[in-house]
Order: sequence, then C-alpha cells, then structure tokens
Amino acid sequence: MKWSAGRSWLLAFACLAVCGIVLSLADHALAQPFGMSRQAPPVEVGGFTGWILAKQAEFYRMLSGTIRAAKVDGSAAYTLLGISFLYGIFHAAGPGHGKAVISSYLVANDETWRRGVFLSFASAIFQALTAIAIVAVAAVLLNATAKTMGDTVRVAEIVGYALIILIGLRLFWVKGRALISLLRAKEPAHRDHAHAHHHHGHEHHHHGHEHHHHAHAHHHHHHDENCEHDASAWGHAHAPEPAELKGAHWLRRGLAAVVAVGLRPCSGAIIVLVFALAQGIFWIGVAATFAMGLGTAITVAAIASLAVGARSFAGRLAKGKAGKGLIVVRGLETAAALVIILFGVLLLTGYIVSERLVGV
Amino acid sequence: MIRTGFLAFVLALCAAPAFAHPHVWITMRSDLVYAADGSITGIRQHWAFDDMFSAFATQGLESKEKGKFTREELQPLAKVNVESLKEYDYFTFATVDGKKVPLGEPLPDYWLDYADSILTLNFTLPFKTPVKARSLNIDIYDPTIFIDFEFAKEKPVTWENPPPGCKLQIALPREMTYAEGKALSEIPADQPNLTMQWGAQFANKILVNCP
Repeated sequence: MKWSAGRSWLLAFACLAVCGIVLSLADHALAQPFGMSRQAPPVEVGGFTGWILAKQAEFYRMLSGTIRAAKVDGSAAYTLLGISFLYGIFHAAGPGHGKAVISSYLVANDETWRRGVFLSFASAIFQALTAIAIVAVAAVLLNATAKTMGDTVRVAEIVGYALIILIGLRLFWVKGRALISLLRAKEPAHRDHAHAHHHHGHEHHHHGHEHHHHAHAHHHHHHDENCEHDASAWGHAHAPEPAELKGAHWLRRGLAAVVAVGLRPCSGAIIVLVFALAQGIFWIGVAATFAMGLGTAITVAAIASLAVGARSFAGRLAKGKAGKGLIVVRGLETAAALVIILFGVLLLTGYIVSERLVGV
Repeated sequence: MIRTGFLAFVLALCAAPAFAHPHVWITMRSDLVYAADGSITGIRQHWAFDDMFSAFATQGLESKEKGKFTREELQPLAKVNVESLKEYDYFTFATVDGKKVPLGEPLPDYWLDYADSILTLNFTLPFKTPVKARSLNIDIYDPTIFIDFEFAKEKPVTWENPPPGCKLQIALPREMTYAEGKALSEIPADQPNLTMQWGAQFANKILVNCP
C-alpha cells in the first residue's frame, strides 16, 4: 500500500484543479496564485477576461437599442431574447459569487453531475425571479425610486450572504469533523486490523451518531475498506444527522444554496427591467430576464460540471489508495466548505463585491 | 501540505480586488481649470450616463412634466451621486511629476441635467492645493470596472487659461476606437503602471506636459 509519488502528484493536481475552478470564478487573477510572477504583464490575464468583458459589454450595450426597437417592432423582441441569452452566458463566465458558491458547495458535498446541473439552473432561474420580483413590486406597483430598489437589493444581498455563511459553517462542521477523526484514526497503526473490523465498523456506522463522542475505539478502523464502497459515507458516520447530508434530501439541502445564491439579483437584469418599464414594455423585459437567466444557467452548469468532474477524479484517485487519499479528499471537502464561509464573510463585509448598483 | 497550499491559494485570490463587469457606462468630458499663475486648480467633469442607467436612476423620481426633469428636481439625486462617489475617490486620480496628489471634495455647485433621456452629472473636483506641474497625469477609471468610462468623441478634454507651451494629450484604454485630434494611444514609458490595480489598464488618461 505504498502511496506512489506519481499518483499523489496527480491527486494534488486534481485537487488544485478543483480549487482552481472554484476560485478562478471569484477573481480574474487566474494566473496569479500559480506563479510568483506578479510582475507578469496583466495583459495576459486581461486577454481572456478582457475578451469576456468586452463581449458582455457588447451584448449589454446592444440590449438598450434592442429594447427601444422592440417597443415599435414586435420582431425585435426575438432579437432581444437572443441577445439577452448571449449576455447571460458571457455575464456568468465572468467572475461572480454564484458560480463559486455553487461549485464549492458541489465539491464539499460530493454531489453528482446531474444534481450540479440542476442546482445551477435552479439558482440562475431563482436569481432571475428575484430581479423580476423586486422591479415588479418596487417599480411597477409602488413606483419606488432607484434608491429604494437599491436598498431592497442590499437587504436581499445581506440575507443571501448570511445564508452562504451558514451553509458554509454547516458543511465545515460536518466535513471538518470527518477530517479530524480521519486524521486521528491514522495515528494508531491499525491497518492490519482494518479487514477484520470491517463489518464491525459498519455497525457503528449506522448508529454512529449517538455514539460519536465515545465510539472512537472501533469505528476508525474500517476506513480502508469502507471508503472504497462509498468515499462519502464514511465521513458522515460522525455527522450530526447523516440522513440530511447525503441522499434523499439533497434537493432540500440544495435549495438552501439555490436561495443563498439567487437572492442577490443581477444588477444588469434590474437595470434592463427598469429600462423596459420606462419604455412601457415591462413584459418584454421580463422575458429578456428569463433569457438571461437561461444563459447564466448554462455557463454556471458548465463550470459546476468541471468542478464536479475534477472532484470525482480526485475521489477516484484517492479511492485506489486508502488512508492518505481519503484524507486529501476530506481535506478538499473541508477546504471547499471553508471557501464558502470565506466567500460569505468577504461578501457580507463588502471586502469583495459581487455586483454593485452604483451611486443611487 | 496540500491543504496549507490551498489556503494560501484562497487567501491570495481573495486579497486581490474582485473584478466585475460594467453595468454603467459613462461618456465623459473634462475641463482642466488653471489659475492665472499657471497652476491647475481643478477638474470640471461632465459625466453622461448611458440610456439604461439614466432610466434606472430617474425611476420613480417626481417631476412636474412627465419625462422631463429640471435641475432642481434632480438635485437630491445629484447629492446622492456625489456623496456616494466619495468612497471611490470620484474615480479620478491625479499624479503630478510622478507623485500622487490628493484631490479635494467636489465644489458645492454640482448638478445633474437630463436631456434626450440621458442623465449627466456635472461637478468640479478641486486640487487640495493648486499645483504647477511639469508633468500632470489624470487617470479616470473604476478599478473594479463596475463603471466603464470613455471620453466623448468630441472635445473630450478642454482647458481654461493653460500656461503657455504646455501640451495636452489623452490616452485611451485598450485600442483606440476613434482617433480624432490629440488622442494618443500610448501610455508613456515613464509611467510604470504594473503595480497599479488591474483596472488601471482601463484608465482614461489626461496628460499635460509643460516645459
């Protein structure tokens, strides 16, 4: 059971890939953390991000003309939907908290690709709905000012960011404890016993959560085998409520992430909606917002899939080699949970700003 | 070890300013204001917002005549605009002979006007102390790119009572899309901007060189 150097490098690489995917979404500085090459010309970074930015700006600026056109010419509405969709795709490709949180969430929870795609779509659509709801109530019904809308967004934002922190804390609690007990278990070298205790371990596994404070003695033994059956199940033996962490309730759990991410509406969507309202074609604005949401969903789903893929690659590599590999995977999950917390805190304190409604 | 690396990685990323995407476009004109002795006293700015943001910002504002806003009706909004710009240093950064110099708060005569569905913010940003500069560099940009600034095509920069012999140039970010008049696309070599924030490459620069 020697942990081959090649394999561990590969695993390290896979982990880095996960982190990279998750984190690069949060910032433009793709190249920065890898090299100490801070003096590398920012043009390189600006090249790709700059391109996305330019495309997005291009589509966004086309929106205003198309909305004006849609006012007099119904067929322009279709063009508007197309442009909104493309804007959504590029908008989401730029860094933003939604993708980062969703991806980290998927990594930490070891969710499947399918669930990842579903959650990505759900969060993007929810986000579109938030924007529509805010403008519909504030501007259409109450004729409120931009400032009022900005304040409303701010409240939604604070709740959303707080929710992100809570989700992160919960994941961190669960995954961190799994990691700690895994690290502790490593100390007594009981590797040879692992096989014998396997079934025994399983029993603890089932009623583990009542016993977890004093059950160390046995249930640390079985990880060698058990993790090959299901890399995730093991960690949950220590979880406060195993049933909630994996399986049947994934949707309910996932909804928290969806709401947390979707509560912060896209500023662009709000501005487009208000602009459409000013032109007297609010409903066309609503349709455009959904088209944007669809575009956003596709990009977020693609990025989330990458994260899930890299995560499961890391998981598979780790599976082959027990012990260390599992620690790395648990470490990765814990770190992903930490990223979520960090994001929430930084967003909440305004240290990083996902979006901004300026000067109103 | 991987975890430690990961954390370092996270922190490194978060230490960089988050960058986003513009939702506001500003087409600007600037006037450089000089005193009789040849020192620059301030920058008068005229920022025209794009039509979508103009519609957004005026949403729900009361006006006597529908679709039109007087200067008085817009004054409360102008106040909010100017006050919230303080946090961002009015997106205006001045360098005199290679040294950053602080700018003061806008003079109280700022105002907004609204014409052809476009909202324009007008304000004068004074130098804390008027300076005579051999080389003056004014950057106007949003480091986080929430706002996209661009010079107006016509008369992007004017000046009042300039000292004799000085040369005025503007440098545009990215490629030059319009090259009228005194536009210059190169950032001068004596202006190392690698240490600046990333958004600086999107800066619009006003350069004045005097003998």
